[in-house]
Amino acid sequence: MNAPVDLSRLSPGFPNAALDSQTVFRACLGAMSEPGRVTSLDSALLESTPAGLSGAAVAILLALLDQDTTLWLGEGLREGDAGAYFRFHTGCAIAPSLAQAGFALLSGRDESAALSDFMQGSEAFPDRSATLVVQCCGLANVGDAGEGNCWRLTGPGIRDYRLLKASGVRGDFPQQWSDNRKGFPCGVDVFFASGLSLAGLPRTTRLEG
Amino acid sequence: MKIDDFSPAVARDGNFNFAYLDERTKRMIRRAILKAVAVPGYQVPFGSREMPLPYGWGTGGIQVTASIIGPEDVLKVIDQGADDTVNAVNIRRFFQRTTGVEVTTHTTAATIIQTRHRIPETPLAAGQILVYQVPMPEPLQKLEPREAETRSLHGLAEYGLMHVKLYEDIVRFGHVATTYDYPVMVDGRYLMAPSPIPKFDNPKMSMNAALQLFGAGREKRIYAVPPWTRVESLAFEDHPFEIQRWSEPCALCGDTASFLDEVITDDVGGRMFVCSDTDHCLAHRPAHD
Repeated sequence: MNAPVDLSRLSPGFPNAALDSQTVFRACLGAMSEPGRVTSLDSALLESTPAGLSGAAVAILLALLDQDTTLWLGEGLREGDAGAYFRFHTGCAIAPSLAQAGFALLSGRDESAALSDFMQGSEAFPDRSATLVVQCCGLANVGDAGEGNCWRLTGPGIRDYRLLKASGVRGDFPQQWSDNRKGFPCGVDVFFASGLSLAGLPRTTRLEG
Repeated sequence: MKIDDFSPAVARDGNFNFAYLDERTKRMIRRAILKAVAVPGYQVPFGSREMPLPYGWGTGGIQVTASIIGPEDVLKVIDQGADDTVNAVNIRRFFQRTTGVEVTTHTTAATIIQTRHRIPETPLAAGQILVYQVPMPEPLQKLEPREAETRSLHGLAEYGLMHVKLYEDIVRFGHVATTYDYPVMVDGRYLMAPSPIPKFDNPKMSMNAALQLFGAGREKRIYAVPPWTRVESLAFEDHPFEIQRWSEPCALCGDTASFLDEVITDDVGGRMFVCSDTDHCLAHRPAHD
């Protein structure tokens, strides 16, 4: 975990840390307040990203992580540069176990961890729960409900309903999300990231699909 | 009324970090705001910082605004609905000096509106953010002073205490005597203090297109109401919730539907009622000069 980091191999972070993290945070805030709405980040925010990581996922974590946070890396991401990259740029600690992680970066098809394995918060402190950044292959607000991974979302932040098609997400996600929703006010919150696009799924959102 | 008349422009002072707070503080507040949005109405504890103005002057709202604002934002600041009162002018100048953002008095032109104790009369649009300054975030505090206790009451959604309080009001006065900071239920789950806005404004909180963020600096709490979220004022079937009404229109613009302030005009009992929302009032005045 404390192996020396080869700086020559690390991708750069934000060109302007203060203003760029504000831009990305506002995109995150918009995504959480209007669940399922797909937004795209400006490609100028990041020159390059570590192999296997989407620009949006990297940007979200660069904007939110620091010395006070812990990050868990999902299957397939632990071997690459991701851990060294986030430790160097944000100062975050890599969580020793998934149940202790404040943030997690997962790939959509990651079968090793269920939503319920992460920190759920308590009834007295529901904010002490994990925020997951889930990488997927595509995000769009079009499609037909019921079609593979096209979900109909309702809840706070959505006027009537919103359709979200998230490709490359594990098939049992709707079931896991429904269980997550049952634990309200406890539960995890999710950002989906694909390329430079992102969409938020706070624990209040109901998902049919 | 031009904004420069009562609030001369202040240049950006490059000696401050953008928006005054250091980046680590902003990230801490930003993480708290995201959790607040995810659990509407729940008060997220945060590490409130000492600000260059005292508690009670909107330090919670200022820290929230400082954490969300960017160079492209257009800021409006109101105090009791007015753009030209001392708290509003001070906070506006603070952000001009530390961010250099454009400021406005027009509700429709603003992307962020920081408010003390009013919601603008003009309906807010999607994409706008309303930041409330909150003195007492805990609606149950006057009924149950122990925080450990109120925290578990929220956890269990056990709000009988508040209903009893409203019931006792009705028994004693014949009606619910609370006229401001009137308690609301957010999305049918969390009891929330809407900050000391008049109960006249409560209905505007519900299914609002804008995001509403609440910051309490002294009490170190942040909470939120996402857009398009149900916010219900507590009431009883036989004592439904009602807002204030006035028997006369605004003395300046003639509007009959806005919230009016009583203004004393002399020492012999003279008074007039005028809109508390100055931007709304100016827009509705008959054209002159």
